[in-house]
Amino acid sequence: MLDFIQQLVGGIALGCVYGLIALGFVLIYKATEVVNFAQGDLMMLGGFFAYGFIDQLGFNYWIGFLCAVIAMAAFGSLVERVIVRPILGYPQFSIVMVTIGLGFALRAIVGMIWGTDDLRIDTPFSSGVMHVGKLVIAHDKLSVIVATVLLCGVLWLYFNKTRMGIAMQATSQNMLGAYYMGIPVKRVFSLIWAISAAVAGFAGVLLAPIAFIHTNIGFLGLKAFPAAVLGGFGSIPGALVGGLVIGVAETLSGFYLPEGFKDVAAYILLLVVLMVRPAGLFGLNLRKKV
Amino acid sequence: MRPIFQTDYGQDIRLFRHSGYLWSYGVLLLLVLLAPFVIGSYLQSQIVFVFIYAIVGVGLLILAGFAGQVSLGHAAFLAIGAYTAGYMQRHGVPFLVYLPLSVVLTGAVGALVGFPALRLAGIYLVIATIAFGFIMEEVAARWESVTNGNDGMRIKQIELFGFTLSRDGYSFYYLCLGFLVLVLILALNLLRSPTGRAFIAIRDSETAAQSIGVNLSVYKVMAFSISAAMTGLAGCLYAHKMSFISPEMFTLLLSLEFVIVILIGGVGSLHGAVLGSIFVVMVDPFLSYLKDDLPRVIGEMARSFGVANPGALQDTLSAIGGAAGLKGAIYGLIIIVFIIFEPYGLYGRWLKIRLYFELFPLYKKATFRRQKTYVKSERYR
Repeated sequence: MLDFIQQLVGGIALGCVYGLIALGFVLIYKATEVVNFAQGDLMMLGGFFAYGFIDQLGFNYWIGFLCAVIAMAAFGSLVERVIVRPILGYPQFSIVMVTIGLGFALRAIVGMIWGTDDLRIDTPFSSGVMHVGKLVIAHDKLSVIVATVLLCGVLWLYFNKTRMGIAMQATSQNMLGAYYMGIPVKRVFSLIWAISAAVAGFAGVLLAPIAFIHTNIGFLGLKAFPAAVLGGFGSIPGALVGGLVIGVAETLSGFYLPEGFKDVAAYILLLVVLMVRPAGLFGLNLRKKV
Repeated sequence: MRPIFQTDYGQDIRLFRHSGYLWSYGVLLLLVLLAPFVIGSYLQSQIVFVFIYAIVGVGLLILAGFAGQVSLGHAAFLAIGAYTAGYMQRHGVPFLVYLPLSVVLTGAVGALVGFPALRLAGIYLVIATIAFGFIMEEVAARWESVTNGNDGMRIKQIELFGFTLSRDGYSFYYLCLGFLVLVLILALNLLRSPTGRAFIAIRDSETAAQSIGVNLSVYKVMAFSISAAMTGLAGCLYAHKMSFISPEMFTLLLSLEFVIVILIGGVGSLHGAVLGSIFVVMVDPFLSYLKDDLPRVIGEMARSFGVANPGALQDTLSAIGGAAGLKGAIYGLIIIVFIIFEPYGLYGRWLKIRLYFELFPLYKKATFRRQKTYVKSERYR
């Protein structure tokens, strides 16, 4: 039983990682109906920024953290301005392909600048564990769980309670309509890309003690993507729940099922859920009435 | 520009709209037929890859470009075709039997994937096909009795009527070319039939298609199945061309390449599949060429213009060219630039060039100017 609970806690921590990355997907989709396949690579870039600030420039961890998140926000709005805005209004898949291209380019350029070795930064969470009864939880995992839940809460409040958040939802439903209502649509776009990239940077820094900083860490985004879809693309609590479901399923199947199921558990679960609920767990399945 | 006077519907759906088309495609076919005698063996081998990619491209174009169902799992279909060929060949089944078998089997799997895909749309369909791709990759790695697992599988050369078709020889080139032409004609005929028009209707509006009596489920499953079958055919040829297959060859990256084929080529037309596959196959050797030869060429030019210290310049350029991952960066940037500046792909560019010459002094840029578009939610389909 203890084994099971320990695995469960590990799964929840992993799930929060996925949830954190999935949040980035969901934010952009929720506000602009764009799917950003480079989310995982943005996270990787965030990790490398943090490495640059903390290890190479010698900043304090927290200041370096802040700088990395701010730099990511600036980078996010730059990406929006330069490559996303010119193709708005094209079929959704064109934008998906552009972000895939961005991911290729980012991975290669970061590899050229920082090399392809495993890097790591010292963080206050790197060592140390917490004991709850007989359970052992490492501080780095705990930090991810706490940060994910907090971020989810803050972003949910932002989207549902503030003027700008509601304006973002309006923009995603009908851009022209949003223009007519006086919503600054272009600013909404830059802002949401900045926020989403900042969240990715946040994830990158928090992940640094758990996984190394490496150019291929962006592939975690491929696991986070099912999490976002499972929760229903466009639902912030859905991203967290989806991430948790996938993280727990992956950990438990790695522990109890034969080898090989661990890697595909997320995808099998995703297919099953999509067959029952084609728009994810929390998604709205609306159809046009004629 | 030749005015076309049509008097009945049969003329409107002719394969070649007028004799000019017949001539130009005939000349093109002749050039491709003569090519292997002129070009070197390396280029010939690359062109075989172009043929194989183009077959997949045509398949994907029918699904994504005409039926509007985007798939990022086509590497899995390719794998099914390739592994079927390999498994059958190992058990002594002749080529003439296992080639159709791999086509039929992949088509059947495509239909099976099509059923759950019926309820999905847009991004949910993309992720479902990605999931299918990952699962098939894992199956290929674990089902060792059939696929030989991660050790991979050797594919012997094709035996046909007592002859052996070497994978680098002329005969294999012509075999692949023949299949590409066959697939193209098949696709053209499909697209001018009621089935093809139903696909296009589904792409443009599912609701409207349904209301004029298109059975969505039947046609969507059919599109998936046809597309998968073509990819299975390409898979069989791909296995023979590579002569060795292993699970890590059929990853998401390959599926992405196929989508890049049709996007760079131009989604609206079968020309796009061929042009796009030329681009995707040739970009790699081209970048290597740039990397190896360009620094030297620039260095020589600098020397002839009398720039101080041309050797250092050449070394710097070589260092930049030699940096790991430069190819990935350029590849990514090409995709971005293409989609931003030429959303209709290489074929779109060709149409513009052709129109420029047809209307020579009167060509206006505004003909192709895009209108301001606003995004509307796809959640309310």
